Amino acid sequence: MIAGRVVANVVSTEKHPHYAGHKLLVVQPMDASGRPSGKVMLAVDGVQAGIGDLVLVVDEGGSARSVLGDGKAVTIRTAICGIIDRIDIGVDT
Amino acid sequence: MKLGKVVGRVVSTRKMACFEGLTLLLVQPVDQHLADSGPALVAWDTVKAGEGDLVFFESGKEAAQANPNGWFNPGDAAILGIVDSVNAAGAADTEGSP
Repeated sequence: MIAGRVVANVVSTEKHPHYAGHKLLVVQPMDASGRPSGKVMLAVDGVQAGIGDLVLVVDEGGSARSVLGDGKAVTIRTAICGIIDRIDIGVDT
Repeated sequence: MKLGKVVGRVVSTRKMACFEGLTLLLVQPVDQHLADSGPALVAWDTVKAGEGDLVFFESGKEAAQANPNGWFNPGDAAILGIVDSVNAAGAADTEGSP
């Protein structure tokens, strides 16, 4: 999984049937300091995330399909599987 | 998945049988502001996209699964949707093709 921030949503009418009914969001991956790092990716939303949310993203087909509960959607690879409340770094546990 | 802009059509006569009947398009990946992001690639089309369209595409084995001629093929990028608009945080809506 990676952590990233939702920076945009995508509206698409004409799309592969596997994507019907799913919301698409643009996620900017980040480094351990919370700074944007690397290229943005599109992910199918599994947790009703929105712009500005910090999210958990899986970029592997089987995992993404399990998030969406649709094992037959074999062309889907990337999905948002959680909204991150916060990340604690360097805190004694 | 990534966002991309269709910038051309690729014509290939001599190709593997699994690519027969498919449209191959040249795609320039873009970011959420539609600025170019990385090198162009060739993807086959599943949604009747055309030059100038903003699209989303998938790569890897998930792309191969979208090939109507069967999943066991060497393709690694497929256009899976035409994008109507991208609504980026802190920016005006960005429309896809006019």
